[in-house]
Amino acid sequence: MAVVTTPATLERALPAMDDAEVLRIRNDFPVLNQTVNGQQLVYLDSGATSQNPLSVIEAEQEFYEQRNAAVHRGAHHLAVEATEAFEDARQTLADFVGAGYEETIWTSNATEGLNLISYALSNATLWAAQGRGDARLKDLALKPGDEIVVTEMEHHANLIPWQELAFRTGAVLRFIPIDDTGSLRLDQARDIVGPRTKVLAFTHASNVLGTINPVRELVALGRSAGALVVLDACQSAPHLALDVKALDVDFAVFSGHKMLAPTGIGVLYGKQEILDILPPFLTGGSMITTVTMERAEYLPAPQRFEAGTQRISQAVALAAAANYLTETGLDRIHRWEGELGQRMVTGLESIAGIRVLGPAAGKERIGLAAFDVEGIHAHDVGQFLDSRGIAVRVGHHCAQPLHRRLGLTATTRASAYLYNTTDDVDRFLDAVSGVRAYFRA
Amino acid sequence: MSLDQLYQQIILDHAKTRHGSGLAGTAAPEGAATGQSHQLNPVCGDEVTLRLAVADGKVAQVSWDGAGCSISMASASVLSEMAEGMTVAELHGVIDSFRDVLRSRGKVPADPALLGDAAAFEGVARYAARVKCAMISWVAAEDALNQAS
Repeated sequence: MAVVTTPATLERALPAMDDAEVLRIRNDFPVLNQTVNGQQLVYLDSGATSQNPLSVIEAEQEFYEQRNAAVHRGAHHLAVEATEAFEDARQTLADFVGAGYEETIWTSNATEGLNLISYALSNATLWAAQGRGDARLKDLALKPGDEIVVTEMEHHANLIPWQELAFRTGAVLRFIPIDDTGSLRLDQARDIVGPRTKVLAFTHASNVLGTINPVRELVALGRSAGALVVLDACQSAPHLALDVKALDVDFAVFSGHKMLAPTGIGVLYGKQEILDILPPFLTGGSMITTVTMERAEYLPAPQRFEAGTQRISQAVALAAAANYLTETGLDRIHRWEGELGQRMVTGLESIAGIRVLGPAAGKERIGLAAFDVEGIHAHDVGQFLDSRGIAVRVGHHCAQPLHRRLGLTATTRASAYLYNTTDDVDRFLDAVSGVRAYFRA
Repeated sequence: MSLDQLYQQIILDHAKTRHGSGLAGTAAPEGAATGQSHQLNPVCGDEVTLRLAVADGKVAQVSWDGAGCSISMASASVLSEMAEGMTVAELHGVIDSFRDVLRSRGKVPADPALLGDAAAFEGVARYAARVKCAMISWVAAEDALNQAS
């Protein structure tokens, strides 16, 4: 059964989030109620993975206690119950991002979703060459001289699958560069995206810079070039109201574990008319109609792209997570996290020796900030913060080319979610202000 | 365990002074056999290139270039300071002992008589994420030693 999204008018009527509400929200997250190194945990690593509310943990437990069975097969009671729960979850996630039910495909995570797209396009190339499948596959096929365009700020998950697709097909991988503030060079994008572009893949929000990319402009560029447009929504779907139809992207991917759900579940959205002709990536059980010893016929989407026994309890838990976010209100969450992000950057910029990556204070960013501490390696910064009970991410955040572009190898990143208070940010800032003195930089 | 037990004074000092740092400026002694090893920790980007010269069965010189956290830089500094003058067998013994301590999750105490200043890294063993930081130059030294002897 579909969960009705809160109408925008109703959501606007709700008051903005504040610390008092966040403290109530925090009660729903058992893991946050603990001390680390003698101090109340401040969890600022939700950009890497988020925590689960009780409703999500209980949804998964309830599934295993009452309905666990294989889906789409078996006539027994539990199989029916499990299939209903699994498919209801699909409808919930479809509604969550404005997708159609049959356009909503389960994956393990966004990385798998992006690999699915890139390998399905490989297969489209092979099928077209062999005259297999739909005649329109030749429009999806890549050949030497075709171009795949990404951006310089991509997570490795939205870079390496395209590198490999280029190697397999002879296509050329190009990228839209960034400027020193971390914004995409749209002026250059207009020259880079052109008639040769077959795929344009980019992130909605940067996991390092915190920037929100101009999706509409990029989609318009992709459309005018006749390219497939792929959106990495890992850092947006959990934090703002996403509408894949309004954005008019061809594909979008995101991971459940970054939006209050367990690991091992993610979503791939694909436009119906593309999924209708796209060959599968993984093959095997559950995705076929007729099988002989020589060949097989495949089901339509979404089943065509869901070979083998699925992550059923995780899908059910992800639906519970989507409901939790919808009930809280994604626009409210987005605004709250925007405030936390601004508080981080304003505070960090006032500390000597700190260089914040991405937009300066006052400019739009999501609720995260990555930074360099002059003379101190990010690992030492992270260790120092951990000793004060503060969890942050250190390293290249799976974006080596971006760090290299900015002249860095590793940075420290604090990333907030709906369960973080302004006090969390202030404790983080207070700790950062002591780092250089401790290491005598 | 407190932060100060991890970042002992000796570690913070060596992270600053970096004994043996600078490959370009140091030529290996005449007639010595040399080995060189580059090690990278892809998790954090820590990098060490270490060259080791052996003459008459003894470590004649250790020099290195590197970039990384204070634990990794201090560890390379301590290693290069203590390795010079050791026999090949002695350095192998120290490397083995260091590895045992670091990989023990805190169960194997460091022997200060054998490990000297390197015993200060004992606390790192309790931080699984940092063990590779302390080990990176020692892995490079073992590799270079095998090449040179």
